[in-house]
Amino acid sequence: MAKHKLQPDNWVDLYADYLFNYAVSRVSDAEIAKDLVQETFFAGLNSAKNFKGDAAERTWLVSILKRKVIDHYRKINSKKGKAEVRINYNSDSEVEGDWLEEQVADPFSKDGDHLIENEELGSAIQDCIKKLPQKQALVFKLKTIQGMSTEDICNELDINPSNLWVMIHRARTSLMGCLNENWF
Amino acid sequence: MKISCKEASCICDKSQYKEASLWDIIKLRFHLLYCKVCRSYSKKNGELTSLCDRAGLTMLSEDDKKKMKRELEEKL
Repeated sequence: MAKHKLQPDNWVDLYADYLFNYAVSRVSDAEIAKDLVQETFFAGLNSAKNFKGDAAERTWLVSILKRKVIDHYRKINSKKGKAEVRINYNSDSEVEGDWLEEQVADPFSKDGDHLIENEELGSAIQDCIKKLPQKQALVFKLKTIQGMSTEDICNELDINPSNLWVMIHRARTSLMGCLNENWF
Repeated sequence: MKISCKEASCICDKSQYKEASLWDIIKLRFHLLYCKVCRSYSKKNGELTSLCDRAGLTMLSEDDKKKMKRELEEKL
């Protein structure tokens, strides 16, 4: 198998969105996630000589990001008192039941599974978007993920609305084909 | 009242972003009654939208990326 090589010039274009998604789902704060991604890139540069080429570039960056996320939680927990587990006996009776037994997580809840499944879905979609022609991908992302209005996108990219809808149509058709095998 | 498949798919795409007018949607519905191909496209299109919603995708803005690139280049 060919050894993988690092190409830091392309990191932002190739992996920034993927890593950002990964970070956001773990720290639930866009600003912090952004910083973590940037720190990951810096750390990647610094330890580039340790990269043995066994893993794909993205996998390697994700493993750095994982450490960064853990470090982030260590840092916010190290402030005194924050590391304690506090149990609130609900004084505001919005939630029914003050007893501890009633506050334990529902063992039949599927939340965890859903979280994992949605994360896999997210990266599957990102991978498929990456296969689209660049402009189609950009239009699709602006419209679907950022929810920008048609007018704003047209102004920004200097295209007309019917152009935009053609691109959206092509993007959606390719995505359906790409996701078809696993997700429909 | 009758529209082509091309128009139908365009309305269908727009309706995924809630940008189709009521009249357009009525025309689309009518088209779907007799057009099997568009029916299947429409169904898949809706599924794609809900998949995208469920995945809770986020992305960095172009400005953020440019900033990241600049900072990264300084270190190269």
